[in-house]
Amino acid sequence: MDTGTELLKLLEKDCRATPDQLAAMLGESVETVRGEIAELEKNNVILGYNAMIDWDRTGEELVTAMIEVRVTPQRGDGFDRIADRIYQFDEVESLYLMSGSYDFAVTITGRTLKEVASFVSARLSTIEGVIGTATHFILKKYKEKGVAFETLPVQEERMKYC
Amino acid sequence: MEFRELIAEKVTALKPSGIRKFFDLLETMEDAISLGVGEPDFPTPWHIRDAGVYSLEKGFTKYTPNAGMMSLRKEIAAYMLRRFGLTYDPNGQIIVTVGGSEGIDLSLRMLLEPGDEVIIPTPSFVCYGPLTVMAGGKPVYVETKQEDDFKLTPAQLEAALTEKTKALVLPYPCNPTGGIMGKKDLEALAEVLKGRSIAVISDEIYAELTYGGKHVSPASIPSLYDRTIVVNGFSKAYAMTGWRMGYLCAPRDAIAQMVKIHQFGIMSAPTTSQYAAIEAMRSGDRDIMTMRAEYDRRRRFLVHALREAGLECYEPRGAFYVFPCIRSTGLSSEEFCERFLRSQRVAVIPGSAFGPGGEGFVRMCYAASMEDLAEAMRRLKAFLDELKG
Repeated sequence: MDTGTELLKLLEKDCRATPDQLAAMLGESVETVRGEIAELEKNNVILGYNAMIDWDRTGEELVTAMIEVRVTPQRGDGFDRIADRIYQFDEVESLYLMSGSYDFAVTITGRTLKEVASFVSARLSTIEGVIGTATHFILKKYKEKGVAFETLPVQEERMKYC
Repeated sequence: MEFRELIAEKVTALKPSGIRKFFDLLETMEDAISLGVGEPDFPTPWHIRDAGVYSLEKGFTKYTPNAGMMSLRKEIAAYMLRRFGLTYDPNGQIIVTVGGSEGIDLSLRMLLEPGDEVIIPTPSFVCYGPLTVMAGGKPVYVETKQEDDFKLTPAQLEAALTEKTKALVLPYPCNPTGGIMGKKDLEALAEVLKGRSIAVISDEIYAELTYGGKHVSPASIPSLYDRTIVVNGFSKAYAMTGWRMGYLCAPRDAIAQMVKIHQFGIMSAPTTSQYAAIEAMRSGDRDIMTMRAEYDRRRRFLVHALREAGLECYEPRGAFYVFPCIRSTGLSSEEFCERFLRSQRVAVIPGSAFGPGGEGFVRMCYAASMEDLAEAMRRLKAFLDELKG
């Protein structure tokens, strides 16, 4: 594995790791690491740095839904033109083109069930080419991006040294 | 009657570990960081835990054959061939033990007559000497040096040999030094052993945690194969310490006799753990790679941070410890550890605990989270500043 991939893996796991720490872990100089990060950002390989938040543990009431969308692909642009029109809504958290019985998987988060429902009926369903939707509300999140929402309990009574 | 009078003298003479007091102190502290325990911080990979759970659900809770389940021994044989190019017959050359520790104990008890000497390179894991004594033998410690990369040199081996030498322990990759032995190093030792009746007990529990190269087992040196007992296990490679799963691969005669001792003392290794171990060997190679890569990052980070802080630090090539030299502080390794713990609430282990040659060093285990390691290094800097006044 080259250092570029290794660097990305480290950042994907903890984007707060400082260039100093990253350099030490990779056995590179700090300047090299800074340069590589800048390059990766410039080339849109690194798109952003986000915190993972379990909103259920806060006072915020949020509703997340996964919506299956079926569409008629358009001549010339295929799916991309419809995708453009979907993902540009701020409400849309993720958008994937899928194989199988539907075409797009859209994730959106709203404050209430009603808000999500009205986005689907007023915004999503009315896009030209969309022929059907099915909305699934998320009841509980267990894991996202490799991070579990509950941490394992710590085993008590361990050997103290060896 | 005082019960004490009944206890065998060789047992009362065993020294209790000198580091206990630190850890009693550690217990009373909040937000303390311990880099003292030599155990992976990862939980056992889920598919392996699941295999154990599944065997319980099925009611597989009986004893297994004394030497361990044949299906597990076959997996071990396949693994030894795949990873280290070693051929062992699952029927007669492999025994499943309760951790690597039982494997070491069995080897010594099988070999030693009263007065037999066992050559033990140090600094090394604390069990070899006491287990030798318990088996009626006499430990002969050989100090390895940082300038030799903590390897046992042929000259040192030669000098330690006597008429009474029965066995040589090779604890590589080494806890606590991180030293390893390459093919050439082992061939040179093999040359010294040639023509002598001496067994090699090769503790390879950290074999999978070798960085920047592949582990070489002494048993892969043709002239050593017939005299070597390979001790290995699942604890470090698969993060399975609590399952207590180890194994020995050795010449037939050795295994046949060790199975007898094991049969009387242990019966058979835990059945649930054996099922989990089968799964580990069948589909755990990737887990090993992932964990090794993670340890490797932490290793580099720690060596770098220690050197930045001004401590001389050998770059460990295996296991998951760094062993920096603390002589520049003017403190003994015990003083260093006690003061570091009291002042900065970080627990590390004095090198003196690992036998002759350990004084002047401390052991830090990097099987801890990056956050803890980074914080421990901040506190180390503060501590060293404090020492300078």
